[in-house]
Amino acid sequence: MSTVLQDAPAWSPQRHVAPQALLFALCLALPPLAIAAAASGAVSIPLSRVAGLLAGVPAGDDQAALWRNVLLEVRLPRIAFALVVGAGLALAGAAMQALFRNPLADPGLIGVSLGGALGAIAAIVLGATALGVIAPAAMVGSLAATALAYRLGSRQAGVAPLLLAGVAINAICAAAIGYFSFRANDTQLRNLTFWNLGSLAGARWDLLAWLSPWVAVLGTLLLRDWRAMNALLLGEREALSLGFALSRLRRRLIVWCALLVGPLVAVTGTIGFVGLVVPHLVRLPTGADHRWLLPNTLLGGAIVLLLADWLARIVALPAELPIGIVTGLAGGPFLLWLLARRGST
Amino acid sequence: MKEDGALLSVRELQCRRGGREVLAGVGFDLRAGEVLGVLGANGSGKSTLLATVAGELPLGGGRVALAGRHLAEWKVEALARRRALLPQSPSLSFDLDVRTVVGMGAYPFPALSPAELDTLVRRALTLADAQLLLDRRYLALSGGEQQRVQFARVLVQALSARGVAEDRLLLLDEPTSSLDPRHQLLLLGTVATLARDEGLAALVVLHDVNLAAQGCDRLLLLAGGSAVALGTPAEVLTPASLQRVYGVAARVFPHPLRAGLPLVLFGAA
Repeated sequence: MSTVLQDAPAWSPQRHVAPQALLFALCLALPPLAIAAAASGAVSIPLSRVAGLLAGVPAGDDQAALWRNVLLEVRLPRIAFALVVGAGLALAGAAMQALFRNPLADPGLIGVSLGGALGAIAAIVLGATALGVIAPAAMVGSLAATALAYRLGSRQAGVAPLLLAGVAINAICAAAIGYFSFRANDTQLRNLTFWNLGSLAGARWDLLAWLSPWVAVLGTLLLRDWRAMNALLLGEREALSLGFALSRLRRRLIVWCALLVGPLVAVTGTIGFVGLVVPHLVRLPTGADHRWLLPNTLLGGAIVLLLADWLARIVALPAELPIGIVTGLAGGPFLLWLLARRGST
Repeated sequence: MKEDGALLSVRELQCRRGGREVLAGVGFDLRAGEVLGVLGANGSGKSTLLATVAGELPLGGGRVALAGRHLAEWKVEALARRRALLPQSPSLSFDLDVRTVVGMGAYPFPALSPAELDTLVRRALTLADAQLLLDRRYLALSGGEQQRVQFARVLVQALSARGVAEDRLLLLDEPTSSLDPRHQLLLLGTVATLARDEGLAALVVLHDVNLAAQGCDRLLLLAGGSAVALGTPAEVLTPASLQRVYGVAARVFPHPLRAGLPLVLFGAA
């Protein structure tokens, strides 16, 4: 026991921010960031006019009418999309890390991301072009992969078999995605990039109308389970002793995460690293108490994806980078930094 | 409040793990107010006994009843309000405050107010002689300090039930393994006091025979999954039974300071 515990303080940072203070700061930071992101892009809108434009446009002002149109039809749905998707991915990441008692777990670990991408890519290569077909295919792929990983992985005690089943399912999905990419023609191939690297370009108010309440409901369910996630950190025997039936708890968390992340993958493709990195960013200064970790992760995920999408939109104007490239480029080095820090202390 | 008879009743308990028979017909009764020490060599079935009684492992045979009800009839949530378990090796590796860790003991009792919880956490930490650790971070503690904090968490779980449930069961698996002698004595003393004053029944796995003789009302000696002896320390700590349990020659003297207690020395003369 003590060998593990005695190296552990390396993970424990010296400075400590009250989690309530972080929550407050994130709440304060979100609105100005969202407004700033709404103002910049291929069509640049003066920051000072954003609020006025939303209220209305004087008759005959064509410039203002164009700006208002860009704001309402392009920027705002996109920003709302980034917030909702980021919050959902990060929250699912925190829940998976508690479930696996491993800070390196990710929602993709149980197959939900690659399964979704495989569903979408298979649909595209088999001839589908409408989002109305591709998104449901992604959703089915996502849930099927997770269900398979769970069924095969939960026959023995503990989470290790589940982890292995997830790894195997992900490997199969990756190989199948490779096969379909190989068979795809040039048009399809561009389309596939969207699913592999993710994009929020599909943001639309009608999608948001069902995605937001969906994420809100599942997010609430996960937030309410903070005690169970804390108990899992103590250990499986401890959690059971505290009255949490392990197999039921495990199934519940997996089902909620799959239902939360599945639709997100279906409309945005696979966006990596948000689910892995954001809970870390929150845990480092404020600790791992899920009572605060979960709401902070939710807000942090929303802000991180907002920033990532903002970068993706403006860094290569007039073109747009797939957002997975931005999150990977920022998330990968962050993970390396974490490992380096751990090694050096 | 007290029921007639034992809080925990174990009969002919059997358990198989990995094709090997780990428990072969162990039986005992445990009343509220009583501390029962479990002694045995490595692999003799001590931890398995505790895990089975805690409801973690299915019974391979026999009967375990808590407060007169068969263990299988208890819901996990209800069981958590009547018994608390301190497993052998805590494995918490996430960054949490001591206050949060100890407060988790109250998770089975969501109706407690924050003020009541705070009082309980402070009381439990004081009982575990860890009151100075309240505002520390768990991962920055030493192994022994972490063990005391985990003990305090289990005490919160057992003490929260006051007024809710009646007698409660405390299961401790080698709670003194990382503690210095002073804290070993303190911990067992706390368990004995709480057992008497709060209606707790305690089942404690220990390795130190003399510590067990001092801190427990009765001892259960296990060898190869079977009970070798069950009774007061003076009754069961004999050279013959110790030889059977540990496979080592042992001599037993009257304790020079505590009348009626045996003092065990291992090793041939």
